[in-house]
Amino acid sequence: MTHSFKYDYEGKTYYYVFHPFSSSLYSVDNAAFLVIKNRYETLTEEEKKEYELLSKEDIASVLEEVEELEKENLLKTDVKSPFRKSSIVKALCLHICHDCNLRCEYCFAKEGTYNTARDYMTLDVGKAAVDFLIEKSGNRHSLEIDFFGGEPLLNFDVVKDIVAYARGREKETGKEFSFTMTTNCLLLSDDAIDFLNREMDNVVLSIDGRKDVHNAVRKSRNGKECYDVIMNNAKKFRAVREDKRYYVRGTFTSKNIDFCEDVLTLAEDFDQISVEPVVLPEGHPLAIRKDQLPAILEEYEKLSRAFIKKREEGKPFNFFHFMIDLDSTPCLSKRLSGCGVGCEYLAISPVGDIYPCHQFVGGDKKYFMGNVLEKTFVPEVQEYFRDNTVYSKEGCENCFAKYYCSGGCTASAINFEGDIRKPYQAACDMMRKRLEVSLAIHSICKEKGI
Amino acid sequence: MKHITTVSRPERKSSVVGCGECQSSCQSACKTSCTVGNQTCKQEERINRKENKDK
Repeated sequence: MTHSFKYDYEGKTYYYVFHPFSSSLYSVDNAAFLVIKNRYETLTEEEKKEYELLSKEDIASVLEEVEELEKENLLKTDVKSPFRKSSIVKALCLHICHDCNLRCEYCFAKEGTYNTARDYMTLDVGKAAVDFLIEKSGNRHSLEIDFFGGEPLLNFDVVKDIVAYARGREKETGKEFSFTMTTNCLLLSDDAIDFLNREMDNVVLSIDGRKDVHNAVRKSRNGKECYDVIMNNAKKFRAVREDKRYYVRGTFTSKNIDFCEDVLTLAEDFDQISVEPVVLPEGHPLAIRKDQLPAILEEYEKLSRAFIKKREEGKPFNFFHFMIDLDSTPCLSKRLSGCGVGCEYLAISPVGDIYPCHQFVGGDKKYFMGNVLEKTFVPEVQEYFRDNTVYSKEGCENCFAKYYCSGGCTASAINFEGDIRKPYQAACDMMRKRLEVSLAIHSICKEKGI
Repeated sequence: MKHITTVSRPERKSSVVGCGECQSSCQSACKTSCTVGNQTCKQEERINRKENKDK
């Protein structure tokens, strides 16, 4: 498996060859691009005409270099190793409450309820979840807990108490907890800012970008606009956060596929940004439509050029999906496993029910995995997910992005394609584009020393 | 090489046995997609920190 692609920046066309298995990236000339693409992939009609114009000497000279890399297994090679995911659990998503103080029109959690009652997690359930994680974590040292909702700050006192309990158990067990919270910022008081800044390894602040885009879909319970309050609170948090981890995380829908503008608007006040495509069933007015995909892929290209430009101007920001560090890329085990759904990463509902991830909570009962308070666990569901790797997914074998998305989001595969083995195709198209532009960004920024 | 310039050629990580200490990718910022390519390796982080300290 080898992938050749082009990238345009400021009037210049860059040619790249990427070998996913070794994570090697090459910048090549036009002749090498054509010869290598012809060797491993299929040339377009236009490229075929260009290829025919190459001299025999040029082709031979490129092939000599290609064969040298092939001998070192730095092109073409793709070894399939026997692999099954570990049953050790190292991360929990705690649904600290199934209630929310916003009524976002696209919420996959159905106003934070996940089709369940508006339950709030008690400290007893939270403690049982911490105990469950420690018990299931085997020899893992680093454990993670994510406070999710609904809106977790609606149940802030319990969050504080769970953190205190976990910190106490750290001393006794030798484990180390990293905490994350995802919040809509509405209740981000000075007290909350102080606590989150001190205790959270990562804080995710939900803001959609431009004021009108945000206000159109993220409204208060009584339908009022909330952008000004949220931005004010988020900026206060950013001011104290310094270089510790955080993200502003937005969602784009069918109504703002020009999301590059939203990212750049966020970049005026924040430097760690993630903007994600909405997850909604086909037919919903805000769902991404198939006919919008070409424009969305073009938008990622546009964003990548703006990303480089900002770096050149000395105003850099990070975009979650453009972050790629080829020099310290994750190990193959991680790249085959993906997010760990159903195995190392599980979600706990407010009443203590265990699910494979947050997107499964309140959904199909066949994925129910037990209850932390009742100390029950259904190993058969975990066993089912242990074989859910990039090797088991349809269409992944010949995809150059497979080691970077591990076959994509499992919940989306089930929700959109009806099968755990069938990756959600629209997400695949976006993933491939984001990987290509990330590699180009990596190369151009390295070349320019920015 | 005349036609091919290496941009990145990391030390190959072909072992399927990872230490498992890295961040779970859905605990980061996405929650609705899966990207592991941008996760960092805790072992490498430690090595890099040590190398920087030793310099």
